[in-house]
Amino acid sequence: MEARVLSPCGVIGSGFPESSFERGLSMKPHVIACDGGSTDNGPAFLGAGKPNFSRSATKRDLKLMLQGRESLGVPVIVGSCGTAGGDAGLKWMRDICLEIAREEGLSFNLALVRGEQDKAYLKKRYKEGRIRALDPAPPLDEEIIENSAHVVGMMGDEPIARALDEGADVVLTGRASDTSVFACHPVRMGADRGLAWHAAKILECGAACAVHRARPDGCFAWIRDDHFVVEPLNPQMYCTPQSVASHTLYENTDPYRITEPAGVLDTSRSAYSAESERAVRVVGSEFHTAERYSIKLEGAELVGYQSVIIGGVRDPMILKQLDSWLDGIREGFETRVQEIFPDRATPPAYQLTIRVFGRDAVMGTLEPEAGRIPHEVGVLFEVTAEDQVSANTMAATLAHFALHYPIPEWGGLISTLAFPFTPAELEKGPVYRFNLNHVVYPDDPYEMFPSEMMEVAN
Amino acid sequence: MATLGELAKLIRSKNAGPFNLTFDVMFDEEETYRRVVESNVLTKEVFCRLYNLVEENVLLVHHDAARAIKISIPRPVFSCDLEDGDCYGGQQFGPLVGLEVPDA
Repeated sequence: MEARVLSPCGVIGSGFPESSFERGLSMKPHVIACDGGSTDNGPAFLGAGKPNFSRSATKRDLKLMLQGRESLGVPVIVGSCGTAGGDAGLKWMRDICLEIAREEGLSFNLALVRGEQDKAYLKKRYKEGRIRALDPAPPLDEEIIENSAHVVGMMGDEPIARALDEGADVVLTGRASDTSVFACHPVRMGADRGLAWHAAKILECGAACAVHRARPDGCFAWIRDDHFVVEPLNPQMYCTPQSVASHTLYENTDPYRITEPAGVLDTSRSAYSAESERAVRVVGSEFHTAERYSIKLEGAELVGYQSVIIGGVRDPMILKQLDSWLDGIREGFETRVQEIFPDRATPPAYQLTIRVFGRDAVMGTLEPEAGRIPHEVGVLFEVTAEDQVSANTMAATLAHFALHYPIPEWGGLISTLAFPFTPAELEKGPVYRFNLNHVVYPDDPYEMFPSEMMEVAN
Repeated sequence: MATLGELAKLIRSKNAGPFNLTFDVMFDEEETYRRVVESNVLTKEVFCRLYNLVEENVLLVHHDAARAIKISIPRPVFSCDLEDGDCYGGQQFGPLVGLEVPDA
């Protein structure tokens, strides 16, 4: 057997050269697949339902994929639509897809597979003890599920395969495991699961497996009975056994064991060799089926609204007592907050986060050199409150309060912070946090991922 | 003597999902990779001392095919939580760059 997979780029919207894509089409793929999302950009995208890439950049990439599909008659799969893969992202991608079809006169069967999770369903599974925490995980209870802005489940290959079985030409999905988007069709064609999932792991990042990825670009894989071969689409890029082996390291905790809904991809016995000057052959990858099928959850909840202040400190007198000076500001500000909301019985709840750049703002508790204070530091004050107006009000007061907060060494009014601009405070808007690192044990791979089929005729 | 930063092709850190951090130290030459591994300059113990961690939470793998030493830890603060200073986890490798590797 041979299953050929075309991955135009690591994430739809990041772009790829048309020449690379055309080269991919000339190698007659059985499927064109692309990932659309990640948690890497943070919880704001899931929380607010906004995509990371622009509509126009995404439309450009999808249009080329749909036109390529039209010329070859093979399926197109786009996973994790709209970055987070919630309903908002799926609808966004569907509208782009329909617009392209209309403008280009394309007709196809379009399947939409949802990844967003119903809170009542999650609470039911939680009560049944069928939600398990991964390590490490934030705490979970029914209230946390209820307070989530959005929760998605990361689907496996099965719901996508079912859409293809039902005749879909184009499958857009909510949150899906990056790999399942690429493994799905080869597995459906009868490919070995270890090889298919390992190839998928490499394909999902486009040309990232090349030695030097000069720009976002694509990758092609041939999955055969006892090996697979990968090659970057761009003739100016090349893979080596080391560059392909290295790819399982990227963004994984364990490079040899990568967990999927149905089991674990095990690359500990994989061997890599040069197939040509640009292509690499991989053998020995295995897939171990898990005892229980599990779906990973991702959730985001609103933390509050932020306003922030950036300032620099150069005064050696303050720098030698930096922590006590900042503690003083923190405590003094607590009292000051009571005064600025005279109409309220209690002031709005808030959290003040202070970061010291030049000391430990980047690494926090991991910083081995946190004790060393340089000749100047940058201080970032973040006020997080339950609404934006309160956050802005407090930040404006804090900027003034901190600017003149005294130290015993100086007599008279001092100005302690160098502000790079005024007003010193910046409105940052809503802030979200990831509130789930858990898996659900569903009855089957499909129950969390309902799909609908549309006939697109132009 | 040479530093790890001088010997490695790439030293990087990155989120492995929002709840874990992973560090990759990668080498071009097999000989350099072997030299660093055998020097024991970068072990779980060294890493924990440097990053103020306990060993049971640290996964360290020598990936021979990639000529890489890989270390993964749970994040002390989850990605993008209020106290997190590095949402992508991309700047956590700094303390590794200056580690001194004795001559082979």
